[in-house]
Amino acid sequence: MPSMKIFDIAGSAMAAQSVRLNTVASNLANAGNVSGDPKTVYKPVEPVFQTHAIDPSQPGIGGVRVVRIEQSQAEPIKRYEPGNPLADEQGYVYAPDIDPVAQMVNMMSAARAYQADVEMLNTTKELALATLNVGR
Amino acid sequence: MSESTPAMFGIHGAAISLRQERLKLLASNIANADTPNYKARDLDFEAALKRAIGEQLPGSPTQTHAAHASGAPPGAEDGLVYRLPLQPSLDGNTVDGEYEKASFARAALEYRASLNFVEGRVRRLMTAITGS
Repeated sequence: MPSMKIFDIAGSAMAAQSVRLNTVASNLANAGNVSGDPKTVYKPVEPVFQTHAIDPSQPGIGGVRVVRIEQSQAEPIKRYEPGNPLADEQGYVYAPDIDPVAQMVNMMSAARAYQADVEMLNTTKELALATLNVGR
Repeated sequence: MSESTPAMFGIHGAAISLRQERLKLLASNIANADTPNYKARDLDFEAALKRAIGEQLPGSPTQTHAAHASGAPPGAEDGLVYRLPLQPSLDGNTVDGEYEKASFARAALEYRASLNFVEGRVRRLMTAITGS
């Protein structure tokens, strides 16, 4: 039977890609948030992936693990909006530096990778079922 | 698994366990398509199968003493080889998504082929046992 480890590998990759989709959603949802203080403005987040060895005798082969969620250190964008109720004394507001196009590209890449993992899971499942039926 | 596979399966018993190993490798490659510094790997199937059935590769040196080097290239004792990246990426990842997906589809088909051969052996054995 195709090793059950493929299910672990594909499952961990799907979990990692969905974390990536979550961060994209969070970044896009907060793209329009402004703040009167550059310290409290929303910081775009991005997950950091790492290979997670399933078999200790074979490092470098295995699933994916999200080691941490990195906050972007990009300077917030300073805008002069004296009419904004959130503006500071000088009339400035601060918005997170989020590029919606880059976020959308990231989202598509994550969705495609997720699809590939689902396909892999389906193929493996079919092979496993065929193997279980040997001799019937 | 090759030691525990009954002899009645012949080469197909060894082949199917290697094909399964290869599927696992390709699955790992696809799963890590976005992991920085991941190096895609594959199984040298022909060499691994010959080793599994105890055959010498043509042109490979023979080990005449246990203390000698095995003659296999370093790191390739288990038949695992690194893929040469077609388009290297800046983050050190060498996975080519399309190539890996095509390889996975092909490997799945090859697994089915090996499975059919094993199944044929089982069926012949059943015919011999039941006599019908």
